Amino acid sequence: MTPPLLDRLPYARFLDLRTQMNGDELTVVMPFADRLIGNPMLPALHGGSTAALLEMTAMAQVALAFPGARLPRPINVTVAYLRTGRPRDVFARASISRAGRRVAHVLAEAWQDSRDQPIASLTAHFLLEDGA
Amino acid sequence: MADSTLIDILPQLASGAAHTHALGFVFEGLHDEASPRIRVPYRPEWIGDPDTGVLAGGLVTTLLDHVGGLAVWVAMDAFQPVATLDLRVDYMRAAEPGRDLFAQARCFRLTPTIAFVRGWAFEDDPSNPVAASQAAYVVNTSRSAKTEAAA
Repeated sequence: MTPPLLDRLPYARFLDLRTQMNGDELTVVMPFADRLIGNPMLPALHGGSTAALLEMTAMAQVALAFPGARLPRPINVTVAYLRTGRPRDVFARASISRAGRRVAHVLAEAWQDSRDQPIASLTAHFLLEDGA
Repeated sequence: MADSTLIDILPQLASGAAHTHALGFVFEGLHDEASPRIRVPYRPEWIGDPDTGVLAGGLVTTLLDHVGGLAVWVAMDAFQPVATLDLRVDYMRAAEPGRDLFAQARCFRLTPTIAFVRGWAFEDDPSNPVAASQAAYVVNTSRSAKTEAAA
């Protein structure tokens, strides 16, 4: 079996992202580490680390559905921060709402304790290889 | 224009947390009076696509989120808790492999509860951005405004 895509992306390795496969759906885990802390007083995760987890999860899900020689490239991302990221593991899943020949639209959510209490959500567009 | 007290702590606010320290963020001064600028040094660990050597989008997002927060503090002329409500990033082009990336932001409207911010990421010319951001931050988060905003 091919190792998960994120295992070979340096920034995903810096965030220590771990990919779990369940059929054709990915769950990506970002284990808690001190280097993810953005606000030491609360303490809370840096919003950027959560955003990067969401974006990497979305990209990996698109790459899984549309395998190509080149990685899907983000066109734009919008992240809504719903709850403070606590110093605990974060989980993320993405779903492709629509994929055309050139562009895929993806939704993703990140959560900690409970999936129905997301800490952040992402809406993103990715350019597929055809669009080069 | 921010007073000297806030300016003195901007370098610490740019890189003082564990995450921004790990990423190597560096404060690069205030530009056009109210626009803080920060830099992230290019490192192989920050690559998003190993085939091209281009920096990860998530790193660019983190840089823009963070410099936006600095812009809010500059607009408030004070260090108070702020929390990102939402952030949109348009990736206009790939960052040039091997080069440090800068980001600069400006808070163009500050209300008692919300700050509206725009930012840019670039290698050397702000008018040729790698990415642009538009974000809203909740201010006065001491009263748990983030929870209210999420409700």
